[in-house]
Amino acid sequence: MSRKFLSGNEAFAEGIRLASPQVISAYPITPQTIVVERLSEMVEDGSLKAEYVHVESEHSALSCAIGASAAGARAFTATSSQGLLYMAECLYYAAGGRFPIVMMNADRSTALPWNIYGDQRDSLSQLDSGWIQSYAENAQEALDLALMSYKIAEDKRVQTPYMANLDGFVLTHTYETVDIPEREQADKFLPPYETDNRIDFENPKNMAFSAGPDTNYIFKYKEHKGILAAAEVISETENEFAEIFGRHYTGLTENYRTEDADYIIVTLGSIAGLCRETADKLRENGVKAGVVRIRYMRPFPNKEIADVLGNVRAYAVLEKDISFGNEGTVFTNVNSALKKAGVDVKGYNFIGGLGGRNISAGDIENIITGIANGTENVNFIGIGGEDNGK
Amino acid sequence: MRPYIREKKDITFDDVPENTSFEAGYLTTVNSGWRSDRPVIDTTKCVSCEQCYLYCPDGVISIIDGKAAIDYDFCKGCGICAKICKIKAIEMEAERK
Amino acid sequence: MANKVAESISREEFFYGHKACAGCGGSLAVRAALKVLGPNVVSVLPAGCMSAVGFNFPQLCFSNNSIISTFAGTASMLTGVEAGLRARGFKDFTAVGFAGDGGTADIGIQALSGAIDRNDNIIYICYDNEAYMNTGIQKSGLTPFGAKTTTTPAGSNIHGNIRPKKNMFEIAAAHDIPYAATASVGYIYDFIQKVQKASKIHGTKYIHVIAPCPTGWGVAPDATVDIAKEVVDCGLWYLAEYENGSFKLNHKPKEFTDVSAYLKKQGRFKHLTDEDIQIITASRDKKWEFIEKNFEL
Repeated sequence: MSRKFLSGNEAFAEGIRLASPQVISAYPITPQTIVVERLSEMVEDGSLKAEYVHVESEHSALSCAIGASAAGARAFTATSSQGLLYMAECLYYAAGGRFPIVMMNADRSTALPWNIYGDQRDSLSQLDSGWIQSYAENAQEALDLALMSYKIAEDKRVQTPYMANLDGFVLTHTYETVDIPEREQADKFLPPYETDNRIDFENPKNMAFSAGPDTNYIFKYKEHKGILAAAEVISETENEFAEIFGRHYTGLTENYRTEDADYIIVTLGSIAGLCRETADKLRENGVKAGVVRIRYMRPFPNKEIADVLGNVRAYAVLEKDISFGNEGTVFTNVNSALKKAGVDVKGYNFIGGLGGRNISAGDIENIITGIANGTENVNFIGIGGEDNGK
Repeated sequence: MRPYIREKKDITFDDVPENTSFEAGYLTTVNSGWRSDRPVIDTTKCVSCEQCYLYCPDGVISIIDGKAAIDYDFCKGCGICAKICKIKAIEMEAERK
Repeated sequence: MANKVAESISREEFFYGHKACAGCGGSLAVRAALKVLGPNVVSVLPAGCMSAVGFNFPQLCFSNNSIISTFAGTASMLTGVEAGLRARGFKDFTAVGFAGDGGTADIGIQALSGAIDRNDNIIYICYDNEAYMNTGIQKSGLTPFGAKTTTTPAGSNIHGNIRPKKNMFEIAAAHDIPYAATASVGYIYDFIQKVQKASKIHGTKYIHVIAPCPTGWGVAPDATVDIAKEVVDCGLWYLAEYENGSFKLNHKPKEFTDVSAYLKKQGRFKHLTDEDIQIITASRDKKWEFIEKNFEL
């Protein structure tokens, strides 16, 4: 093991080097670009033996990765924001074809107005595309997820592409000290990709075909079961990861001081750290606050959410997203989990960080105060509720 | 080797693959019902110049014992073979049903 | 009587039992090319006629490894397939794409340009039936001037398509591609030889083959080959190659056949006036002036 001072992007690229993808399709977009730059250097210096393809668009980036996966190769690409939306067709294609591609997405605002800073509207808009979606909090987790992602995606029970989301700039460009596993251990953890979902010269295949109404829904059912199966595989993979590398992860969610909490903030990504610090501070003042960090939006942690929110007085969902005309999508998902479990707890939605706007410790304190005293269902931090806002 | 007709059966839940890859060249239906006219080869005239074989869009013509022969399961009766045959060894005849 | 061309290609059929219309020129192009390239070919076909007629689970009509790409993604998926197989250590295979005119000249041109720019080791074959036929005959960037389609109706104000075809062959050549060629299913020997030649060249190869659609062109199913020959004979299409930085004409008709006769045989051109036909003839003559000046004859 070695230690390096790396940004989130660089840490993720280190994880990908250890995962040994055979084909990398690369197209630059802020704030992801550093990933494909670092990978090109690794290919150049021979520390990563991969075909590095300079595609001419994000659509081609994912289309190329699908072709490589269909050839039986481990494939990687990365994107962000407009690029993710530009390749949207291929997202559904990769998932429907059950190609376990891994893609890093640097979460960034979507135009208009143009903005390069971080929010999560890009990836959350693609929750229905059939990809596993993880949201890292820090550079170490980003690196570890890069290595774990292929093991999860490629598992026979799963066969589903994996989108690893990193908050743009806040995570992608922030430096921290990161432990980098040894190559030998990484290879032991992640064996080469084996599949029958590939071109085969001995037993030729016809692939990515059409299926009419009689069978199409069976394919879709199996696709759904595949991504659901990821929950268990994620847990198994994390256990194995902990045994080899000594770092423990907690599945689809990560709870902080939730056991006796009266008020919980549910959130995702890099803002979770500040939420935890704020919870600590509030507890010093006698407010029993806790934090649930959603690590995976797909498969969605229905059970975990219902279990942890069952006994609170109120909860808030803090997200860098808005589904215009309704509410934040994470809020919708959380509420659905509770409804299905028969949990009746008052919840509130806090929209913040759009276009990279800062969310302060004070904002988070105000969220807890807000849900303790009651507020509007959907609140824009710094502006107000959607009904009485400015 | 060419794609060939398999035993007809209903596709069950378990027959549907986990992903979208399946055995290549797997046929379950024929195209013979498309035809209103069928090409008929006069083997006494055929000199196996293979023009019909080369120009058939469906690949249903092969040379057997030195003569052109047609796989009527998949011939759609387009008539290209009859037109291309310089020695007029292929006639289009109405299908009787 | 042995046919040397027939002997030079596989006796196997790789594209069989498909549901293309009777007399489909596109299916003839795909069939012939696959017989040249043999069993170790991987074909990539975008959403379009040939994928729609060949890949309906469980009726799967390719006996070689074949995959449908997104409409825009023929070339980029080919790139991925080629890179993936190479990364896995395979050497003896060919990656070939078959896209229609819309899939090539319109929605797929960006990915195709990218692949040529990278000089990926692939063969890209455009089967050009001069409109979006799979969706029911709409104008594409390769629909010729004057053609009636369901989005370029022929009325008293506008006589069908008002723009000429893009020149995809010269667009490919402008990338300084290792090999580009034009062909027609009406001259199948020439097409077969070009696919054979392409299979022996390293880098990106682009072959643009005219493949009439009897349904869309308004001709009888048995007229496909004749009309594909006639478009060459009347000079509205030409058989040529681009290699090592220069253009070469493969076939020069001694005398052009009548353009008007070619057009009037087809339902899509029935409405053309004498003036329209003069415009088409004049543009043909201008093109041939260019060919004679710039192509090796």
